[in-house]
Amino acid sequence: MISRQLYHFGRYLMMMGTALARPERTYMYYKETTRQMNDIGIGSLVIVILISLFIGAVTAVQFSYQLDGTLVPLYYIGYIVRDSTIIELAPTITCLVLAGKVGSNMSSEIGGMRQKEHIDAMEIMGVNTAGYLVLPKIIAALVVIPLLVAIAAFVSVIGGYLAMVLTGSLSHNDYIMGVRSFFKDGNVTMMFVKAIVFAFILTSVSCYQGYYVKGGSIELGKASTNAVVFSDILILLADYLIASILT
Amino acid sequence: MIRTIDVHKSFNEQEVLKGVTTEFFPGKTNLIIGRSGAGKTVLLKILVGLVTPTTGDIFYGDVNFSQLNKKEMRAIRMKVGMLFQGSALFDSMSVEENIRFPLDMFTSMTWKEKAMQVDSCLERVSLGQVHKKYPSEISGGMQKRVGIARAIVLNPEYLFCDEPNSGLDPKTAIVIDELIRDITIDKNITTVINTHDMNSVMEIGDNIVLIHEGKLAWRGDKSQVLESTNDTLQQFIFASPFLQRLRAAALERSQEG
Repeated sequence: MISRQLYHFGRYLMMMGTALARPERTYMYYKETTRQMNDIGIGSLVIVILISLFIGAVTAVQFSYQLDGTLVPLYYIGYIVRDSTIIELAPTITCLVLAGKVGSNMSSEIGGMRQKEHIDAMEIMGVNTAGYLVLPKIIAALVVIPLLVAIAAFVSVIGGYLAMVLTGSLSHNDYIMGVRSFFKDGNVTMMFVKAIVFAFILTSVSCYQGYYVKGGSIELGKASTNAVVFSDILILLADYLIASILT
Repeated sequence: MIRTIDVHKSFNEQEVLKGVTTEFFPGKTNLIIGRSGAGKTVLLKILVGLVTPTTGDIFYGDVNFSQLNKKEMRAIRMKVGMLFQGSALFDSMSVEENIRFPLDMFTSMTWKEKAMQVDSCLERVSLGQVHKKYPSEISGGMQKRVGIARAIVLNPEYLFCDEPNSGLDPKTAIVIDELIRDITIDKNITTVINTHDMNSVMEIGDNIVLIHEGKLAWRGDKSQVLESTNDTLQQFIFASPFLQRLRAAALERSQEG
């Protein structure tokens, strides 16, 4: 069991080492990176906005319920929604969702290329396949996912506003006062640190699962599932470690 | 010229290649033939460096390919073109982009020079007006031709073809065979083809290598196939009763003549 995990870890490190080698032609890597940025960013925008909107709304409703009948002022709901989304919900939930959407897609794409001999064809041409197929995805994710997370945090706060103010549970002024209270810019730094670390985990783990896929469609399905499962586990583990270190 | 010297390959406990020593010549269509599971695909993959031999050496000219590091191997691979069994065209790219991919990746040619090279390769494989089409929009035979065009776009010294006729009708298969042979002669390249196709053996087999149970069972050219008394070769080539009857008739006619 342990030797198997060490084998995978070693092979993952080797793939990443090869992926970070000097590109054969920077323009081709740039072109692939922009394509990936479009796929990851624009392709995930709608789902990220939808999920964030509801997460903000649900957080606000739940805290409103928790604070009902207590001495805690209700404007705290805005403060709690803001901080819980910035610190935890926006980076973690967004990246868990992206592991399912983007990660499984990357794993299937690279795995399909392996099975259809596209990777072999590139290898024979002399292309560093780990570099060309993995590095642009990682760079694109490192640029785009923090932006998605920032959008998610912003939309969540709006979601909380809509759930509270439109239903009359809280006044506009109270919610805005809560959102503007006790702001610590370190929390935003933590959000971006989490987003960057999670983005790296979900892309590199998913690419690894796809890059070494063997067999047929069943194995490709397994690789895609493993990409999501292992990315999610590692994201949650990293979430705990970052929270421990930065708080 | 490519030489293999005592090449062995094992997967876990199973020995797939048991000491293959042979040669593949420039300007000739070199065929690797054999039954399914004989080890010919493994041999082809060893030749291009996709599989590492357990023991033995591969020489490209005087360079020992199996002793090279990854960087040196990539330099050799720049001289190699390969046509895959399923063509291996990139789905997300058009025909033009597929052929241009090696040029984009490895040359400093201008846009116009690349376009001219792509046009010339498409013309060489008798394909026109498919530049903007995607692999899924063209037939299997056309995909093979595009695969050949991509394989020759960097003017390789070595061309490898893995089952170029699989999945094609006999007429298209003949066209692909003739195309590969003409390119081999025109450009004086070393072409190695892994095939089951008996028509290919009899039409373009300049140097035929028969692999049987991981060993070299026979070597010769197409003119020696009919007269050969090698049992393994005869059992492989004339596996069907129809071909056996044809062979008997041909031998009878040659004796009468």
